[in-house]
Amino acid sequence: MKLRRSMLFLPGANAAMLSTAFVYKPDSIMFDLEDAVSLREKDAARLLVFHALQNPAYADIETVVRINPLNTPFGLQDLEAVVRAGVDIVRLPKTDSAADVHELESHVERIERECGREVGSTKLMAAIESASGVVNALSIATSSCRMIGIALAGFDYVMDMQTERGDGTELFYARCAVLHAARVAKIDAFDVVYSDVNDEEGFLKEVELIRRLGFNGKSLINPRQIELLHNAYAPSEDDVDYAQRVIAAADKAEKEGLGVIALNGKMIDAPIVDHAKRVLQKAQASGVRK
Amino acid sequence: MNQEIRNKLLLEPGLEGMEMFEHFAQQAPYLKDLGQKLSRKIVATLQEAIRLSGLQDGMTISFHHAFREGDKTINNVVQILADMGFKNLTLASSSLLSCNAPLIEHIKSGVISRIYTSGMRGKLAEAISNGLMEHPVHIHSHGGRVKLIQSGELKLDVAFLGVSACDEFGNANGVSGKSRCGSLGYAKVDAQFANKVIMLTEEFVTFPNTPASISQDQVDYIVKVDQVGDPSKISVGAARVTSNPRELLIARLAADVIEHSGYFKDGFSLQTGSGASSTAATRFLESRMRKQDIKASFALGGITGGIVDLFRKGLIAKLVDTQSFDADAADSLRDSPNHIEVSTNEYANPISKGTYCDRVDVVILSALEVDLDFNVNVITGSDGVMRGASGGHSDVAAAANLSIVVAPLIRSRIPTIVKHVTTVVTPGECIGVLVTDHGIAVNPNRPEVAERLKEAGLPVMTIEELYARSVAITGEPAPIEFLDKIVGIIRYRDGTVIDVVRQVKP
Repeated sequence: MKLRRSMLFLPGANAAMLSTAFVYKPDSIMFDLEDAVSLREKDAARLLVFHALQNPAYADIETVVRINPLNTPFGLQDLEAVVRAGVDIVRLPKTDSAADVHELESHVERIERECGREVGSTKLMAAIESASGVVNALSIATSSCRMIGIALAGFDYVMDMQTERGDGTELFYARCAVLHAARVAKIDAFDVVYSDVNDEEGFLKEVELIRRLGFNGKSLINPRQIELLHNAYAPSEDDVDYAQRVIAAADKAEKEGLGVIALNGKMIDAPIVDHAKRVLQKAQASGVRK
Repeated sequence: MNQEIRNKLLLEPGLEGMEMFEHFAQQAPYLKDLGQKLSRKIVATLQEAIRLSGLQDGMTISFHHAFREGDKTINNVVQILADMGFKNLTLASSSLLSCNAPLIEHIKSGVISRIYTSGMRGKLAEAISNGLMEHPVHIHSHGGRVKLIQSGELKLDVAFLGVSACDEFGNANGVSGKSRCGSLGYAKVDAQFANKVIMLTEEFVTFPNTPASISQDQVDYIVKVDQVGDPSKISVGAARVTSNPRELLIARLAADVIEHSGYFKDGFSLQTGSGASSTAATRFLESRMRKQDIKASFALGGITGGIVDLFRKGLIAKLVDTQSFDADAADSLRDSPNHIEVSTNEYANPISKGTYCDRVDVVILSALEVDLDFNVNVITGSDGVMRGASGGHSDVAAAANLSIVVAPLIRSRIPTIVKHVTTVVTPGECIGVLVTDHGIAVNPNRPEVAERLKEAGLPVMTIEELYARSVAITGEPAPIEFLDKIVGIIRYRDGTVIDVVRQVKP
């Protein structure tokens, strides 16, 4: 089971962070060449990330690169570098429509052919940062078989909506829209970053909300948030215990040829069994909540 | 008794050479004057106290460093000694920090010619590493300092002890008054062993000021001064509280190591040394202790707010405090009967009749460098310049049942794991486990610990693997170039020489 709970943002121009970030073991690391890199450092960042992607230290971790938009002078250069360096996933910022993804995909396929990389091996994800993006979320999510996920980016989105970040009400529609689109497309959905790294309580509250909504995970800007997030996403001991009992009851019913599964006198139907299987898979992959 | 009888009495057998009683105040003249009786030790100025103490050129002056970077006593006193024309003094401070940079001028002008200290940082350390002093500095551990004093090598002539408050007889502690530093663990030793004790106090409080960490019968003179130290600067530098994710990652791994070391049992004892990861490890211990219903019998140190927090929550029964690292620790020492103050003699002197460090199960210590034999350097940086302190490192490493060293694998682009440390402060035979952000290495002399950690699924590697990994990232650094001149002598806790520091090549 590939978990994508945590996607850690790393400014591509920060060599010190690039040299150690893998020790935090997030599920994915996203090297940023876009907003976290100043104009005069665009080339340096691209070169650093090009080398980091090929470093053995990153071999065991899923790598994502957020390239600059393709309508800037940097976007295509970024793409040329990172596809050749073997990045797992290219993240397209400011995706407004499926056409943006198609444009990206055609370049990726060309580069894959040119450098001898297996065609289709570069996966894509789209960041949705505008009202159009949210409205077009479904067509974006289903735009390519390379897509592994879509992510909501809160800051630009609330600007576009003429509002500001608050208690989450302002993101409610966007979160639900993105999430539904991802589920229809059977890809992953990532929530916005939580920028106050010193507010653990607020962070965990937001994590609880998005976990219940059904997001796979969240973009993170500080490694300190990784352990908190992973722990919040891990099933509790009670969850695991209950799931084990559900599976045992299901096995028993199957052996005895019973159509109806019962546990402690309550009827259990197929979705509950499926859910129990997922809980056990998650516990296997992430451990139990501490 | 008339004079004739008195004179004859002293001629009788058994009374030869004895002195006859004159009057009640013959030996204690101050008893005849109420003002004298109550305030005879109080001296108006530091200059006068210094004159009364009999300090001479070539003697040894001593200080404590409980205020760490906030100390105001050392620099002020040495400035006054310089103004009074003193020369060729030996400075024996329990440690020196970045704030002591003004001493450079007094070394240049010959006021200070020799230094004994646990460590040094900043510009002073840089100047000394570059050959400022004719005689090498002696770097000792906290326990080793008491050993050097007891063995007679370090003879404290006049101790200048800064305290937040005392009474007019000199009863002092670090928990009354405004500028509270908490434990006076270092100063207690100086008060006990110095020939003369001059107490510098910010304020006088009502007699008797108890508990008396430094007792009235140890104090010769008392001088009121404006400021002895700024307690808000105790917890900066090496004693800071961290929010750095890498330091927190290492701290969490260190807590994992403790949990699975085999020593994590009800009634265990622990110490966390200075250094961000080390002090931060406590915050990861709480949930582990609660989950397994484990309480510690005591924590020793170097007491931090994090340790106090566990103590207040009932997870540690007693705190044994030789140095308070922040205001929380100082307040707890004042308020809690189970938070006790101990001298460095009780803490870690290897020839003491009983030291607390001998009873520690697990200690977490920092390192600037660790080598493939697990030797630890906590004094010289990657440029060969002194920038740290021996502290209690070698003391507790030798005594504790398990010593865990925490350090990032790489600092900026300099590897922490090296083939040979620049300076050995603590011998590798005393180190059990090394925890880095890239993995954990266990000393081959602790196979049982390695087994337990592996069983728990912790990322155990060999130290050679960690070394290879760091070199793969940074490359092999060029060796530091030194001149022949010795600028520092590293004294092991028993007084023996374990290494020397040479002058860096400019």
